[in-house]
Amino acid sequence: MKNLIFVILTAAITNNYVLVKFLGICPFLGVSKKLDQAVGMSLAVIFVEVLATAVTWPIYHLLLAGRIDFTYMETIVFILVIAALVQLVEIVLKKYVPALHKSLGVYLPLITTNCGVLGVTMNNISDGFNYIDSLLTALGCGLGFFLAMVLFSGVRSLVEESEPPKSFEGLPITLVSAAIVSLAFYGFAGIITKLFG
Amino acid sequence: MNRLQNLLKGLIKENPVLVLILGTCPTLAVSTSVTAALGMGVAATVVLILSNMAISALRNVIPSRVRIPCYIVVIAGFVTIVELVMEAYTYSLYQSLGVYLSLIVVNCIILGRAEMFASKNGVIDSAIDGIGMGLGFTLAIAAMAVIREVFGAGTFMGFKIPWLCENPFSIMTTAPGGFFVYGLLIAIINKISNGKAITKTEFGCAGCAGCAAGCTNREACLAPEQSNDKETKA
Repeated sequence: MKNLIFVILTAAITNNYVLVKFLGICPFLGVSKKLDQAVGMSLAVIFVEVLATAVTWPIYHLLLAGRIDFTYMETIVFILVIAALVQLVEIVLKKYVPALHKSLGVYLPLITTNCGVLGVTMNNISDGFNYIDSLLTALGCGLGFFLAMVLFSGVRSLVEESEPPKSFEGLPITLVSAAIVSLAFYGFAGIITKLFG
Repeated sequence: MNRLQNLLKGLIKENPVLVLILGTCPTLAVSTSVTAALGMGVAATVVLILSNMAISALRNVIPSRVRIPCYIVVIAGFVTIVELVMEAYTYSLYQSLGVYLSLIVVNCIILGRAEMFASKNGVIDSAIDGIGMGLGFTLAIAAMAVIREVFGAGTFMGFKIPWLCENPFSIMTTAPGGFFVYGLLIAIINKISNGKAITKTEFGCAGCAGCAAGCTNREACLAPEQSNDKETKA
């Protein structure tokens, strides 16, 4: 049990995908302006990351790394699977769970090309995780994204009201504040290693 | 458009990283060392040129409704080729780039150029556009890497710099330093261009495939700068 929590916390905080590993910066900078949008996007990311891992792990281990070695096709197969999966999820949600589709639907097509989703599926393979650990890591990465988005949208609402120098307006000041939020995650990382190390 | 202009616009005026704000992930992640940054730049440039040419050649064959998946397959194919070549001939570079090499597939610059330029122009023009944009990307990522490596590690492409290597500002090579240097560079570009650089309507993933793939609600999409500003002011 302790081990499972450790896997999730490592993925969510020590190796936070956005602020430590720089995966999925586009939505992090683009959609973090309002809290409700940030939450919607993060929920969609958690959902797709776990689902994508649940599908790509068996595909890699049963088909690509099967009797004939097709592992060099990893990149092409994974991106296609993720793209098809996102499309499928959108259609299913639209038909059967319209309420959920209404809140997540806008964000789903955006995630197809989110580096975070492709990154988590490929990292799970290259780190040699088993199926359970892969799923937990995907969940942790999604939660880490959620945490970073929510924290950052709070910071941003203050930054929006400030008056930085002219040339820092817009993106530059956002990036500088992201640097400070990212610094905070180093502190979190210390806590995790102390608790479980 | 004049071909020379077409080539040069990617370097400064429409620099993909510093002005169009595309491809932020690899820029931040790989710019801790100059060697890795140059490797990343060259790999992305090669993929960009080849995919631009292929997509431009196929632009009348690909049905417009399924164009994004087609582009992704073409790009993923070239990325796989580059990966295999690098694994065979420059193994240490291949290892230091790690997962970011595969992630060129979802690099907004490449899909963005496919969607914005290659799908509308001829093969030669698209190749020139690819070279220009690729060089612009390499230039920006290398500039960041020089700052981060010289100050953060006190070395330049592995060579030690006398005083700095004993007293490095090691925060520069960590994640916060990456965000900070990137913000600083964009601010410098803003200052030099005196606010004339392309406005932030293209901020985020406007050129990114996600939106192009059929984002129904562009407001919630990644160009909220304008609409939100109006709301807050109103």
